[in-house]
Amino acid sequence: MEGLEGIVAEHRLFQGLGPDFVALAAGCAKNVRFNADEYLFHAEEPADWIYLLRHGRVALELVTPGRGAVQFETLGEGEIVGLTWLLPPYRWGYDARAIELTRGIALDAKCLRDKCEVDHDLGYALLKRFLPVLVQRLQAMRLQMLDVYGPPR
Amino acid sequence: MDRLADFAPMVAPDAMLPRVVRVARRTRDLPDTWTLELVPADDMPLPVYLPGQFTMLYVLGVGEIPVSISGDAADPSRIVQTIRAVGKVSEACTHLSVGDTLGLRGPYGTAWPVAEGYARDVVVVAGGLGLAPLRPALYQLLASRPRFGKLVLLYGTRKPDDILFRRQLAGWRRQLDMEIEVTVDHAGADWRGHVGVVTKLIPRLGVDAATAMALVCGPEVMMRFAASALHDIGMAESSIHLSLERNMKCAIGLCGHCQFAGSFVCKDGAVMRYDKVRRLMGLKEI
Repeated sequence: MEGLEGIVAEHRLFQGLGPDFVALAAGCAKNVRFNADEYLFHAEEPADWIYLLRHGRVALELVTPGRGAVQFETLGEGEIVGLTWLLPPYRWGYDARAIELTRGIALDAKCLRDKCEVDHDLGYALLKRFLPVLVQRLQAMRLQMLDVYGPPR
Repeated sequence: MDRLADFAPMVAPDAMLPRVVRVARRTRDLPDTWTLELVPADDMPLPVYLPGQFTMLYVLGVGEIPVSISGDAADPSRIVQTIRAVGKVSEACTHLSVGDTLGLRGPYGTAWPVAEGYARDVVVVAGGLGLAPLRPALYQLLASRPRFGKLVLLYGTRKPDDILFRRQLAGWRRQLDMEIEVTVDHAGADWRGHVGVVTKLIPRLGVDAATAMALVCGPEVMMRFAASALHDIGMAESSIHLSLERNMKCAIGLCGHCQFAGSFVCKDGAVMRYDKVRRLMGLKEI
């Protein structure tokens, strides 16, 4: 478990959260491995895990009639798959598929949510860490929606 | 101020006179984008140009447009230009056949300051067709590769089918002289590369940001965000160079169509330093 604690403690999202949190998170954590084309999760499934990627790459996809699966973002080493765990109804809105052999740590989101409900200081500290990631992804989506590389209108 | 000489023109008297050139080769890069290789239609050598400069191409009887040079400045035998069909003149350019003639003025504008990158890491950030004006700089960087530190090209485009100069990028990647990362805004499930905006690749750059230099070209909103992200990782604003695009007509700073606050993009740009234009780029009036 020391290994998992070390990984959680060193992750940029959790730096400075203290040994209690690290011990809690590590207690809710497990090593995960996905082969190429294996799914981490599918849309509409319960969002009960947070994945910290250590190696490999994951594609976030939406299935569109007539086009099949469309990738709208890829995530790699050091990044987080799964922000939906924070907000009800805690369901994934997209599919996540490993593009290549991918390894990481999965944190039990329900365990973290329960802890945040009890300890609001911890909840606020976690929110402050996850919100910037959410905002960065929102900004990136805005740029993608502008379709800046498309033909001039 | 009563002598005619006092009113001498600020530019050479023939600056508005196109030179006649001939299409020697044409290559379809994308469904709406072609690269033309232009050679002289007479015995005179072609004008010398620097990476980052542009010419005015005149399709006889149709009109004139500014077009970035996308070829190797070290090859004086031809001027290579990549054109996307978006209007009447650009569309006419893409319909020219080998042997057809057209008018050419220039080259005009400022150049990518490639030599400023000596002994420094160099980051090239291209978006969409913005890779074309950066290709001359890439040729120059690769021709003097040992003089530079780490060389990274980040290229973002709409979808995998829209990747410009695809074969050349693959060739450069195989040479291992340059780190190349390509990202697309969206892709099918068979795409194995990055998906997401090009700015997302910037925080992961393994360069010495404090001393590195960046050359950025693409849609203006992409350049704004890319330059901001480069600055966020520690790059000096004065080390970030952007190629701006405005409605250029005369190309010699007379007509005012391409005015950018106190500058004219045609003669004070198109390549400009980020610290000089940062505050102006988000203003809708400009």
